[in-house]
Amino acid sequence: MSPQGRLALVVGGLAALLVAVAAAALLLGSAALSPRRVISAVTGRAAAGSIESVVTLSIRLPRIAVAALAGGALAVAGVAFQALTRNPLAEPSVLGISGGAAFGVVIGQSFGLGLTVVEAVGLTGFAFAGALLAAAAVYLIAAAGRGVIQVQTLLLAGVIVGIFCSAAITVIISLLDMNRLGGVIHWLLGNVAPIPPGALGLFAILLAVGFAVVLRHARELNLLALGEESAQQLGVNAERLKLVIFLGAALLTASVVAFAGPIGFVGLVVPHMLRMLLGPDNRLLVPTSLVGGAAFLLVADTIARTIVAPAELSVGVITAFCGAPFFVYLLRTRYRGLM
Amino acid sequence: MTPLVEFRAVGFAYPTSARHRARPFRLADLSFAIAPGEIVGVIGPNSSGKTTLIRLLTRVLEPVEGEIALEGRRLRTWGRAELARQVAVVQQGVPRGFPFTVEELVLMGRYPYAPARYFEDPEDVRAARAAMSATGVLDLAPVALASLGGGETQRAVIARALAQEPRLLVLDEPTAHLDLRYQAETAALLRRLNRERGVTILLVSHDLNLAAEVSDRLLLLAEGRPVRLGTPEDVLEETLLADVYRCDVRVEPNPATGRPTVRVPYTTDVVQRCAER
Repeated sequence: MSPQGRLALVVGGLAALLVAVAAAALLLGSAALSPRRVISAVTGRAAAGSIESVVTLSIRLPRIAVAALAGGALAVAGVAFQALTRNPLAEPSVLGISGGAAFGVVIGQSFGLGLTVVEAVGLTGFAFAGALLAAAAVYLIAAAGRGVIQVQTLLLAGVIVGIFCSAAITVIISLLDMNRLGGVIHWLLGNVAPIPPGALGLFAILLAVGFAVVLRHARELNLLALGEESAQQLGVNAERLKLVIFLGAALLTASVVAFAGPIGFVGLVVPHMLRMLLGPDNRLLVPTSLVGGAAFLLVADTIARTIVAPAELSVGVITAFCGAPFFVYLLRTRYRGLM
Repeated sequence: MTPLVEFRAVGFAYPTSARHRARPFRLADLSFAIAPGEIVGVIGPNSSGKTTLIRLLTRVLEPVEGEIALEGRRLRTWGRAELARQVAVVQQGVPRGFPFTVEELVLMGRYPYAPARYFEDPEDVRAARAAMSATGVLDLAPVALASLGGGETQRAVIARALAQEPRLLVLDEPTAHLDLRYQAETAALLRRLNRERGVTILLVSHDLNLAAEVSDRLLLLAEGRPVRLGTPEDVLEETLLADVYRCDVRVEPNPATGRPTVRVPYTTDVVQRCAER
């Protein structure tokens, strides 16, 4: 089958899956609502202040939207970082970039920034700056003295920067009044909570920008796998490509961290499963990761809020529980040769 | 006839860092030309400037002095993609970590023809298939690169360069990790591509005997300077090589082809002298 055909088929299949998962997520939850009442709320037949209307439209639907946006963004960021570092184990949280963004968000929150549209822009700005700072630190540690970055060094540098960022976050939380940082602990574990419509719109725009940047350069990312010099000799401006992709992926990571917290491993698990299905061609992986990542995080979030009902888990707990063993599996089986 | 490539008094120096200041590498006063249809071999000891020469020719690096011209036009006026349609480089090694297939690799060679295109068009697929059949890897098209043997990998990588439909094919140590059999196979493939398709070839190699067998002319570099340019017989001279490589060698004609062959006589005293120089 032609690549176009395979792309259409897989995107179509994943989109159908996403719709099905979204429908299931809308029906499930700690408030026991019958499917009929949910449908009446969605179709606008329920009274405005009724329980089903509030639960469905103000809690579940926005939460589904946040989960889908965050999942798509993280998976696309994962593909981008993997192509950029030529390392299939790279991922925003493993590379310490989520940690940096989280540090930025906590600083922003300590200045009192919340989720009104203007404040959300500021908060994302802090997250973006934190992500860039962490990435620069990882790069400097991993590249120290040599031009070539080894896989082990890169992962190790990412972990170190991640730990440092957690420590810095803890310091800020300890210094500040806990009330001003309400919910920060929950958020730090990666928590998909409903956010105001304005912030949701901003999140969608940032995701669209980051996705467009990565998608536009998907073919060049394939060439980067040959090495920078070979990519240049094929006509790619490798320096510019690396910068643009890095900024795009950092923006995706930063917006997820700002609006949903540092959720780990989505960028590892989703691109990997798609690579098994489609091969390593980034032109197929980037669009399918957007849809597949959305479906994946939506499933994880639905599990997170139903498995211990009426209590809730953070979605980051679920992704870490499946992602960490998956990472170990990849390390021990598929990428022995790389280490 | 305009040379395909011309180096005119080209000089280059890598920026010196504290670490490397002890022995700064410079390429100096390099002048030579490659005529269309020719095979030129570049030989020389380690760090003699062979790889730097390729980087200059493909604009990965820019010369500090002098000028390089391609088809009579200054190299710095060529766009990257435009240049990649004329000059294709076969690098050592293949992408690791991502399981690209032979066909996916070869199709990458079509990028310079339409960088803005998302998927390759039928014309790109046709060119890639032609390149794969020229090096005998068409049957391996759907196979992952990681599962190929050394010789097959090499032919896949050369096919990727041929998919660029270049006028000049540049090979960087094409036989570096290959068994004898695949070394011979590579030599035969290069000669055939040159003869049947008129591809001009610049072959950079440590392997003096491969270079002597395949090339029309050789360029010998030492410590960033051209030492001699001429036919294999002119360049592969015992005294010259002994001086450049700091090791005694024997040069004898290959009885089959008449081309010079170089070997180190591993007698105790020669080995001793080489080690002491």
